[in-house]
Amino acid sequence: MLRSPTDNSAMRRSATVRTSVGFVVVALLCLVIADIQVTTVAPWRELGRLLTGLVTPDFSNPAAIGTALLRTVAFAFVGVALGASAGFLLALIFHLRVVRTLCAFVRAIHELFWALIFLQFFGLHPLTGVLAIALPYAGVFAKVYSEILDEADPLPMQVLPAGTGLISGFLFARVPDAWPHLVSYTAYRLECGLRSSAVLGFVGMPTLGFALQSSFAQGYYSEVGALLLVFFVLIATLRLWVRPWLVPLYVAVSPFLLGTGLPIMWGNVARFFTEDIVPAPLRHGEGWAALWQWFSDLLLHEALPGVWTTVVLTQIALVGTGLIALLAFPLISRHFTSRPGSVLGHVALVVARSTPEYLLAYVLLQLWGPSMLPAIVALALHNGGIIGHLIGRRSNEITLRPDAAHGLDRYAYEMVPRLYGPFLAFLFYRWEIIMRETAILGILGIATLGFYVDSAIQELRFDRALVLIVITALLNIGVDSLARTLRRRLRLRHMVNCEP
Amino acid sequence: MFKDTLRKLTLALTLIAPVAAAEPLVFTAIPDQDETKLRERFQKVADYLAEELDTEVRFVPVKSYAAAVTAFRNNQVQLAWFGGLSGVQARQLVPGSEALAQGVEDAQFRTYFIAHESTGLEPSDHLPEAMKGMTFTFGSKGSTSGRLMPEYYIRQQFDAAPEDVFSRVGFSGNHSRTIDLVESGTYQTGALNFAVWESEVAAGNVDTDAVQVIWETPSYADYQWTIRGDVDERFGEGFKERVREALVGMDDPELLASFPREGFIPASNDDYQGILETARALDLID
Repeated sequence: MLRSPTDNSAMRRSATVRTSVGFVVVALLCLVIADIQVTTVAPWRELGRLLTGLVTPDFSNPAAIGTALLRTVAFAFVGVALGASAGFLLALIFHLRVVRTLCAFVRAIHELFWALIFLQFFGLHPLTGVLAIALPYAGVFAKVYSEILDEADPLPMQVLPAGTGLISGFLFARVPDAWPHLVSYTAYRLECGLRSSAVLGFVGMPTLGFALQSSFAQGYYSEVGALLLVFFVLIATLRLWVRPWLVPLYVAVSPFLLGTGLPIMWGNVARFFTEDIVPAPLRHGEGWAALWQWFSDLLLHEALPGVWTTVVLTQIALVGTGLIALLAFPLISRHFTSRPGSVLGHVALVVARSTPEYLLAYVLLQLWGPSMLPAIVALALHNGGIIGHLIGRRSNEITLRPDAAHGLDRYAYEMVPRLYGPFLAFLFYRWEIIMRETAILGILGIATLGFYVDSAIQELRFDRALVLIVITALLNIGVDSLARTLRRRLRLRHMVNCEP
Repeated sequence: MFKDTLRKLTLALTLIAPVAAAEPLVFTAIPDQDETKLRERFQKVADYLAEELDTEVRFVPVKSYAAAVTAFRNNQVQLAWFGGLSGVQARQLVPGSEALAQGVEDAQFRTYFIAHESTGLEPSDHLPEAMKGMTFTFGSKGSTSGRLMPEYYIRQQFDAAPEDVFSRVGFSGNHSRTIDLVESGTYQTGALNFAVWESEVAAGNVDTDAVQVIWETPSYADYQWTIRGDVDERFGEGFKERVREALVGMDDPELLASFPREGFIPASNDDYQGILETARALDLID
């Protein structure tokens, strides 16, 4: 049967609505079973103390803050530079299935999990932090670079004279057209790298997170305030101090600023792969039956409960992210705010998106006590800030009729319907990211997969930790492909630069 | 090839590190308390040991109990101040390593169970039934006095796993934090190292109207200094014994008070057999 194009688009719109309602219903159901209690007796007093700390920052130890900042920047530069170089090379052979699978796998594992793995054999050496960033980033870079290169105009390639070498053809005909996109995406990942680098401090790297956790655990809120402010300024002024001509200098100098850590013993690497991660029953020669028992115990008592909590938390956080994004984008949209208002809006969104979820969740957990609530709020604020920023920017590209409605009508009948497609595309894109973060938040004590991974590591059972990490990665890959299917079904345009 | 690349990369990274003249003795400690306190205490210990042993001594802080054990196992540190459980884990992973010395108090260590005043729980000679259904926090997942022993006695008293006894079970991270969380009411009850409690109370850092001790466990062996078996080859014959003598000979009252311990006495691996068996019973160790 033939349908007219309008029919088709109406069908699609109703499919979009159905999908959205479906997600909201699932989130509400999850909310019913989720544990979202505030357990502290005086949560507002703690929050007040933190805010007091933020307005009375303690810069009395500039050397310590400066070192932490320097290390954060150095780890980010080295990690992202290595990741980008490796990613670029991998992008050239990204059509190979094995490369695609490998990249999907390494990027499905969070930087903190990589750090926890490398810590086992490199120990507290800078290499641990550098590789923890470089490896998953290489996977991401490979995918995005290859997409950017694929979308480059094919014409220059076709008009090359016969006999042009592969490499010169690539460099002179493919790269120039894609170059601006490559640069802007790499710059965005550098910002992510700074966040990752800061968070690596929580597992022992000498970056901001290390100092922040120490100050927080002891209730030195003014020190916390100073560290947070410095970090916000670092991210907000990124464009000012990262100039194209300065980047080679930064990359060249950074390896010298990572600190020394402890020497690496190479025997430990071999031991990790040949002993530590071999399942205990095999290591002790107890046979396959014991292995199956070991594995099913792990699956039943740790993996499945972990997966369940991770999914529940992710679904609530996803819808929360959507809500925050829809509420926040008018803050920076010229259709809703005047110039000074939008400056404030920009500041709010920069703070929301430059604070890593992990850090935000850590802070909120201290304030409200252990439940899913701090994690939900942290994930929704951070990711909502990012998506709000993106659709806010997009809304500024829209030109309205002079007689267009104002206020709430403009919001509900004009802007939201027009922006809903890109909004959903961004949201589905972040679904996998939210899930990856949800899993990692378990390290803070919420019973998602990260909690069980952390427990296994605390018990020095790397065989169990590795199985749980692989399960986490598979879950992420599954959600990612589900999101892609939904995007395709709803015909949401696929965007390479899906991130700010 | 991958390994080769890694090796080159590390070489590049290590080349830029200032190379010390002689190999320093590096040690670490489990992060069982506030970091500032630990840094202060162990910096003093480093200075003391450097003088006694006439060698460079460096303290490295870590973020978790497991990280301390891993650094020891990886030979990135040669000496460590472990808890009972982390020491047992470390010595199991590094054949030839030895418990050198323990605090006088560590031979008779105890865990205190504490409760917020709003619970109405009072000191008693066993874990009160009324704790069932309340919220409870351990210290670190790898702690002896904050996890292993309290879990053991909870299971013994209630014949059930902590998750089934309490409505919510948390891991505060360290003993100081456990006091904070129970004092503020975030958790109704908790369990911690008795020595940390005593010293925090003596220092006036605890609001004893808000939180009090409701039960203490029987005694067990806890903290100890553990050293790798290969230090004699590395630092010269008799080095291990010299470290033991230096530790046992520590008599600076200020330094001892920072632990807080009366003094140190020699210890052996056998002192911790009971801890090993308890850890096995709770399936915390293979």
